[in-house]
Amino acid sequence: MRKLLKTKSVIVAGLLCTSSLAQAEEVEVLHWWTSGGEAAALNVLKDDLSGQGVGWTDMPVAGGGGEQAMTVLRARVTAGNAPTAVQGLGFDIQDWAAQGALADLNDVAAKEGWDNVVPDALKAFAKHDGKWVSAPVNVHSTNWVWANKAVLDANGIAQPASWDEFVAAVEALKAAGITPIAHGGQAWQDATIFDAVAMSTLGPDGYKAAFVDLDEGTLGGDAMKEAFDRMAFIRDNVDENFSGRDWNLATAMVINGEAGFQMMGDWAKGEFLNADKVPGEDFLCFRFPGTADQVTFNADQFMMFDQGGSVSAEQAALASAILSPAFQSAFNVVKGSVPARTDVSDADFDACGKQGMKDLAAAAASGNLFGSMAHGHAAPASVKNAVYDVVTAHFNGEYDSETAVVELVDAVSIAK
Amino acid sequence: MAVSADADFKTRLQNWIPKLVLSPSLAMMLVFVYGFILFSVYLSFTDSRILPSFGWVGWENYDKLWRLSHWETSLINMGIFAGLYIVICTCIGLGLAIFLDQKIRGEGLLRPIYLYPMALSFIVTGTAWKWFLDPGIGLENVMHSWGWESFEFDWIKNRDYAIYTVVLAAVWQTSGFVMAMFLAGLRGIDNEILRAAQMDGASNWNLYRRIIIPQLRPAFLSAFVILSHLAIKTFDLVIALTGGGPGRATELPATFMYSYTFTRNQMGIGAASATIMLMTIAAIMIPYLYAELREKR
Amino acid sequence: MAQATQDTAIRTGRITRTLIYLVLLLFSLFYLLPLYVMLANSLKPLEEITGGGMMNLPQVFTVEPWIKAWSSAQIGVEPTGLRPYFWNSIKMVVPAVIVSTVLGALNGYVLTKWRFKYDTILFGLMLFACFIPFQIVLIPMARMLGLMGLAGTTWGLALVHVVYGIGFTTLYFRNYYAVFPTELIRAAQIDGAGFFQIFWRILLPSSGPIAVVSIIWQFTNIWNDFLFGASFADANSQPMTVALNNLVQSSTGVKEYNVHFAGAILAALPTLLVYIVAGRYFVRGLMAGSVKG
Repeated sequence: MRKLLKTKSVIVAGLLCTSSLAQAEEVEVLHWWTSGGEAAALNVLKDDLSGQGVGWTDMPVAGGGGEQAMTVLRARVTAGNAPTAVQGLGFDIQDWAAQGALADLNDVAAKEGWDNVVPDALKAFAKHDGKWVSAPVNVHSTNWVWANKAVLDANGIAQPASWDEFVAAVEALKAAGITPIAHGGQAWQDATIFDAVAMSTLGPDGYKAAFVDLDEGTLGGDAMKEAFDRMAFIRDNVDENFSGRDWNLATAMVINGEAGFQMMGDWAKGEFLNADKVPGEDFLCFRFPGTADQVTFNADQFMMFDQGGSVSAEQAALASAILSPAFQSAFNVVKGSVPARTDVSDADFDACGKQGMKDLAAAAASGNLFGSMAHGHAAPASVKNAVYDVVTAHFNGEYDSETAVVELVDAVSIAK
Repeated sequence: MAVSADADFKTRLQNWIPKLVLSPSLAMMLVFVYGFILFSVYLSFTDSRILPSFGWVGWENYDKLWRLSHWETSLINMGIFAGLYIVICTCIGLGLAIFLDQKIRGEGLLRPIYLYPMALSFIVTGTAWKWFLDPGIGLENVMHSWGWESFEFDWIKNRDYAIYTVVLAAVWQTSGFVMAMFLAGLRGIDNEILRAAQMDGASNWNLYRRIIIPQLRPAFLSAFVILSHLAIKTFDLVIALTGGGPGRATELPATFMYSYTFTRNQMGIGAASATIMLMTIAAIMIPYLYAELREKR
Repeated sequence: MAQATQDTAIRTGRITRTLIYLVLLLFSLFYLLPLYVMLANSLKPLEEITGGGMMNLPQVFTVEPWIKAWSSAQIGVEPTGLRPYFWNSIKMVVPAVIVSTVLGALNGYVLTKWRFKYDTILFGLMLFACFIPFQIVLIPMARMLGLMGLAGTTWGLALVHVVYGIGFTTLYFRNYYAVFPTELIRAAQIDGAGFFQIFWRILLPSSGPIAVVSIIWQFTNIWNDFLFGASFADANSQPMTVALNNLVQSSTGVKEYNVHFAGAILAALPTLLVYIVAGRYFVRGLMAGSVKG
């Protein structure tokens, strides 16, 4: 065994040679978009490629927001059987690129001018050492609040613009006997809220210092403690059965008027639309109070695995189809996210989608676009999960805010 | 002459055949089990992150591992879970087998009911259990709607009790299979001995305690091996039922190992936790197996 | 020889019997509860579930979720349902179960009737191998399969399941054969029967019950395995569990719980069938002749 796996580069190089035997004229795509709407959206891409004579071998592996697919990917690469294109998120892309496993897409990118239309914050993940290695599909943003408009109106609550207004709104709902905040107690959901809350207390610079640069002073600072205090307030205003609930059941609580607010990424919109609710009329979407100018994002991309030196014609076709404005619009209208390039028309999007595109463009222009900690776009997986551990332990009452800050510094230092 | 040489060859062949028959299984085991264990122990001393790599880092991974508070949680959980699960499954399995062995009418119907949970994958049964245990929609809610307002059952939401709901669901899944193993053992016992003992005036209780249960020894060994195997590998169940929560309260070593190796990209720490798990298992199993297998001679 | 009856010779009183029936019934309720949740929810429209009535019987009765799970639910980019994956699973399970059971029977036979020096240690090694956590074998196994040219094939998957199943099948058969009268074997040997003849003529005919246990165990484990199926299969050999997982685990999409439950029961049908069919044989095999004691 040891002899076989002598060095990383030998493995990866060796493996990729074998995988270049994959059938020509076909792309094998490993992804985790298996639910109705997502898969249907991906089908648009498949049809587009078959129009160009490129076949599509589907390799879906769902579970845990792509975690399962990443495990499978590792087994496939180790076996020398890497798929041609693989859905990837944030730091995973950079990790694979660092292993030398990804193909260089610079020719396609130059021909189609990706550098001019894709925001820099996304390029940080899609490019490695100046080379394009993956094709971004969408941008999700995570600092959204979803609210049931009828419930807010009935209690005389306007859309809160600051933390204090939000606190007042929550108190009013509580007094009216309505669950103020719908939430599912799973580590990633706790962390999704924490993203927005931390942004509101730390501000954009502090957010970057804490979660991107992993600065111990900021991670252990007073603003971080304030963020945990706010988390504790949110914890006090969720219903008692929150633990372990799926996010979409929490969304259903808002839809049904059992709860007022939910903090969740833009995929929650799909649940509202599915229930025939109209944005702006039945439900509201707005940025978490105190983060109106910022956007925390995560972006799905397709990494292209090196098939033996150069980018294959099929990979180039796939990459260019992904970045085409038509696909970007068609896919993201369905998915709830916004296009990864900023020059796509917003004509087909609903009110929340239009708002999301506007926010993204503005944030990208003003340097307020940040990778989401909770979704692996601020720091590598090890750090992300270390933050999860602390946030979820605090949210479930294991630590008070003071301890949580100390634990956060410690956990991040172990994971670094 | 010729005849005896032929016979000699035959005897020698007969001596070799058993070993030849055993050899493919042995070879597979040595490579795919013990070889891989060594490989994983080796990885635990390297800086492997996303894929195996071979930079030696000494005890660093072990050092980090023991600084992680939820590694300790997962070990404690393993103790609680494995202990309760094995004991409860064995008791229920044995009890049901003895009861079913009393010329029960409808045995043909009851047996598959007890067995079927093993047939279902936990990817989805976990959801059914999760709902059933959820106080807002499950048992507690039903009891309240039936008028029993003070009924409380919120273990799955409680950090200190959630691990017991994992035990409950795990027992549900496997106790029927254990029952089948004991039933097969019971049916294999010679009734002659039992009749003789009854003639001597032994009570039912004594009959079971003194004669029947001791004869079930091999079944106990199988049950123990299978249950500990399942306990150690419990993974899907936790993921589907609690996702390791609330917080990290129901994390088990298997989920811990998986998350460090594959989702946190810290393969070195994952391998270190696997090594410690294997050593713990060895420390418990080897004496047991030794005692159990020796006595057979 | 006394008549070998199916049940023990224990006699019980009426009150005891009533209690026994009561306990047995209570336990069957316990075992059936989750099935009720799954069945009830698989037969109602999604609004009824998300509306909060998860424990209730369906108000509007529909088989739509079942049809959808089987033939039109979205598994990947194409709405194929679980149907195409069924065959993949069968192709993997059948050879793996047969090979591991046969090897287990042979191993058990050797380890009990053809003892040699250190055989107990070998058996101990095999038993201990049952405890290896599958998570740690993924990466090295993938590499080995790649080297053997079996990566992404059904045969490769079957091999993996055989490798990690042998310990159990050997355990079952060894324990079963351990109490089989060795005198019968010796007598046959004196009559000139060879290794395989003895196995075939004497041991195999009475191995029914334990073979059933071994097959049930292997079939269930392999059919329900997800980790290996997901990691070592490629697009053309993905087993049923991977498809079911894809159906159930949508990351950020709408969760159709009713379809999930219907799919789960559909995916479990072959194992359920094995239990019902084999369970019968189980008893019959035991009635044909009890060998222990």
